[in-house]
Amino acid sequence: MEELLEILQELHPEVDFETEDKLIDDGIIDSFDVITLITELQENMGVLISAKDIIPENFNSAKALFALIERIREEEA
Amino acid sequence: MATTISGQCFFYVWAGYQTSIFIFITAITVFFAAKALENSNLAQKQYLKEHKEELDKEAKTAYKASCQRKRNLILTATVAFNLCILIVLKYVGFFLQPLGISFYTLMAIGYLIDINRASYEAEKNVLRFITFTTFFPVVIQGPISKYNEVAPSMFKEHTFDTNQFMSGMLRIMWGFFKKLIVADRIGIAVSLITGDSCTYAEGYVLVGMLFYTCQLYADFTGGIDVTIGVAKILGINLSENFLRPYFSISLKEYWRRWHITMCQWFRTYVFYPVSTSKTIQNISKALRSKGHTTLGKKLPVHLSSLIVWTLTGVWHGANFNFLVWGLLNFFILMISEELDPLYTRFHGRFGFSNTKGYKIFAMLRTFLLICVLNLFDCYKTVGETLGAIASVFTSKGYSAISSGALMELGLSGIDYIIIAIGVAVMFVVSLIQEHYATSDKELTISSYLKLVLTLVLFICVIMFGAYSIGYDSSQFIYNQF
Repeated sequence: MEELLEILQELHPEVDFETEDKLIDDGIIDSFDVITLITELQENMGVLISAKDIIPENFNSAKALFALIERIREEEA
Repeated sequence: MATTISGQCFFYVWAGYQTSIFIFITAITVFFAAKALENSNLAQKQYLKEHKEELDKEAKTAYKASCQRKRNLILTATVAFNLCILIVLKYVGFFLQPLGISFYTLMAIGYLIDINRASYEAEKNVLRFITFTTFFPVVIQGPISKYNEVAPSMFKEHTFDTNQFMSGMLRIMWGFFKKLIVADRIGIAVSLITGDSCTYAEGYVLVGMLFYTCQLYADFTGGIDVTIGVAKILGINLSENFLRPYFSISLKEYWRRWHITMCQWFRTYVFYPVSTSKTIQNISKALRSKGHTTLGKKLPVHLSSLIVWTLTGVWHGANFNFLVWGLLNFFILMISEELDPLYTRFHGRFGFSNTKGYKIFAMLRTFLLICVLNLFDCYKTVGETLGAIASVFTSKGYSAISSGALMELGLSGIDYIIIAIGVAVMFVVSLIQEHYATSDKELTISSYLKLVLTLVLFICVIMFGAYSIGYDSSQFIYNQF
């Protein structure tokens, strides 16, 4: 989770990702940010999020995104 | 559903039954392909569940890959088949173009991809799926609806709801107000100016540019208002396609508020799959490992964006103008994205970006940019468009605007007054809607007031609508796309 928070913080230093839970709904991160984030996650955490998982519910908060990463890792295991 | 189907039958016979066959071919091929995809997905899950103990990780992966290959084949073949129909009928043009082919093809392909991703369950009843694909108000010019968003209201049991009926009627009349009073009247001057770029150059280009941006807004949003209103009367909820786009403070925001359903379609089914594809991600990784960190980071976003804007341009028509329009959008968005950190530092230092004055300036700047981009939609060729733009800068004066020449554009003084009032009404309504949207309050109008407003709009449309010989109110700018 810490690694994810670091990546998110680098993307938008002004956002409090530990509490924010409407990242997509409130337009805090947009489609360009989502792809930059996915590229960073692939590079730093070795997880490739596919297009079918790019839905607001998975990207609205750091917690939801972390749950998605965990799920992908479990499926790959 | 019976009312909807009766409406569909009447509509397609009226619109030309010869070309209607293609929409049914698309609906039926996509329905059965989606069913095959879902069956394959379910069979895969069942097999893995039954053989959970005896299969090791490698065997499971191999089985999944084999099922996925089969699904990819079904998906690719069906998408390719339907895109071929679209390309042949829309771009080759040796047969009449079926009404709304660009819209219903995207809707059907979107549904197929959703089922392949197992985002929701496939429709079991072919008649219901045909009803969705051929839903007559939508095929004219969208919105490009998603099956899972429309189906719940489309297939529930409907009872007559006075409030919903009045909402629908008000929305329809509001759409006709924009279309018949503003768009079709201002369109007379636009056709004259853009139809002869030699005579109507210099100052006229500025007039044409401003008028066309008003016409496009009134025509397209008006048409969608009519579509959403008709659907509402039938008890069907469609997605909104516009959120007061001319209040945007950047081009990026504009594309979140203009033709929303088309943008969502390209984002969901092109931008995300391309940018997250293994090929693009591997190229990005390779670039980073060779020390090109920034390029590696940016490549997935910008390359996918380039593909999306090329396709968006081509989707609008087989005209080089549209391709250039799409690429210009891409370049402006890319440059804005790259300069964003610089803007943030600049605004941070001077701190006026949150003032009302700056927001109005940013809105006007974005509006002007949209006006210029729209010129590629007005003229027949890129050369003509660039020539028209160049004439504005090489002009020795703008007497066309001040010398009374505006009265020779096919519009009288009364016409200009009606247009000005119509635009003012649209602006005030947008301001009210924006106020409620930004303050999270709900704008509620009683059924009685809806009735009064509908009647007022109806009288306005009858009295001030731009009717003349040969006039066809069923023609919208976006029909041609």
